Amino acid sequence: MSETAPKKTPLYDEHVRLGAKIVLFAGWLMPVQYTGIIDEHQAVRNGVGVFDISHMGQLIVEGAGECEWLNNMLTNNIEKLDVGMGQYTFLLNERGGIIDDLIVYRIGDQNFLLVVNAARTEEDFAWLQKHLRAVEAAVSAAKARIHNRSAEFGGVAIQGPRLVELFHAVFGAHKEPPARNHIADFPFEQTNVSVARTGYTGEDGIEVFFRAGDAVKFWNAVLKKGKPFGIRPCGLGARDTLRLEMCYPLNGSDLSPERNPIEAGLGFFVDLTKSNFIGRDVLLKTKEIGPREKLVPFRMKEKGPPPRPHYAVFENGEHIGEVTSGTLSPSLNWGVGMAYVSAAHAKTGAQIDIEIRGQKFPATIEKKPLYKKT
Amino acid sequence: MNIPDDLLYTETHEWIKREGDNIRVGITDHAQSELTDVVYVELPKMDRQANAKEAIAVVESVKAASDIYAPVKGTVVEVNKALEADPGLLNREPYGQGWIFVLKIDNPDNLKQLKDADGYKKQIG
Repeated sequence: MSETAPKKTPLYDEHVRLGAKIVLFAGWLMPVQYTGIIDEHQAVRNGVGVFDISHMGQLIVEGAGECEWLNNMLTNNIEKLDVGMGQYTFLLNERGGIIDDLIVYRIGDQNFLLVVNAARTEEDFAWLQKHLRAVEAAVSAAKARIHNRSAEFGGVAIQGPRLVELFHAVFGAHKEPPARNHIADFPFEQTNVSVARTGYTGEDGIEVFFRAGDAVKFWNAVLKKGKPFGIRPCGLGARDTLRLEMCYPLNGSDLSPERNPIEAGLGFFVDLTKSNFIGRDVLLKTKEIGPREKLVPFRMKEKGPPPRPHYAVFENGEHIGEVTSGTLSPSLNWGVGMAYVSAAHAKTGAQIDIEIRGQKFPATIEKKPLYKKT
Repeated sequence: MNIPDDLLYTETHEWIKREGDNIRVGITDHAQSELTDVVYVELPKMDRQANAKEAIAVVESVKAASDIYAPVKGTVVEVNKALEADPGLLNREPYGQGWIFVLKIDNPDNLKQLKDADGYKKQIG
């Protein structure tokens, strides 16, 4: 992390005005909560909530010829994307380790939007640029361009079962949100915003991207139109508990340059039938011999202290791994988490122990997700 | 922020109420507000002896675990079992039903090192 001044999203003053607790996250001053993590979490599970995601990076790749190059940079297959569709994918290093997890949208025949993690934006951009230049040197006809538009754009996530009602209230009763994993532009007042049917909460939801200058106007319109649906502004705290209940990984905690997607249990987003992409050889090998460790969800057996990142994991007294994410699940009112454990022990239903302040507490390895709507 | 005048305070945001040879200890309104929703409290063991500034309890919010310290040297003579069933008492009534433990203190003179309400007010600005 460079020693630069903390960055503020275009919605920073709104967060302060709403009384948010502000924390430094990935170099950004972000709201961690407004009314309370549990309250905001429940709003998203039962009604609707809105999150500032302007800190996330937005990279644009455009120009003919980049399709093959870009596909060689990512694990999933962008050739499967029609214009207006997105997919979850990984950017890997040569060791198959995860530089970033992201969503790539095809926003034109040869144009793509990459929505990446705040902490990795600069690194992703530099990595993609470096490889693009290498391709350009080899193939003089290559004309792809990559542009980091993060500073000029903002975004919000609107999530919860009442999303569609709120969408109608904001964009008009005759408009329908895009289908799941699709993206489309919608007129809003005197401008256009991009709406993607995606999210990080497990609820129906959209993520909306707009010019930074439109951020305050859009945010306040959503809060106002959302009042009848009990909308809450939601911070990073609820974002974390919501995603963990669904076992969605958090980069920097569950994912890192030392972990590959197979170990993380996310092989579904890797297309090994593609002839080439960075990290492919390592992933093929991992698949063949099996990963050394696996990321598994777990649930505490008794009511007790919530698990936390870096707590040690045991089975029958043997140290088998480490917790990477843990919290008290507000939906279950119970301690849950995810841990990397040696593959031999990574069995659903296995009884494990989490060491908390020197004492072992029993837990069970579960299937994804940790929380299911009843 | 509520900072009652009749209590003593530590730099680490515990409040102290003198009850004869004992002190009752909890965390301040400011501390509970900073910690946010408390979801678990690990109480100290009964009869445990603790030195001043020794961590003897843990308060956990959704986000993080925080240590609670013995304000002065003493022995644990009472713990608030109600917090095990309802940790949210710490947020709702930090100075009342949300108390955490009672220490029998070694030497009342040690209490002179603690802050009064004005001192604590200055600390948290």
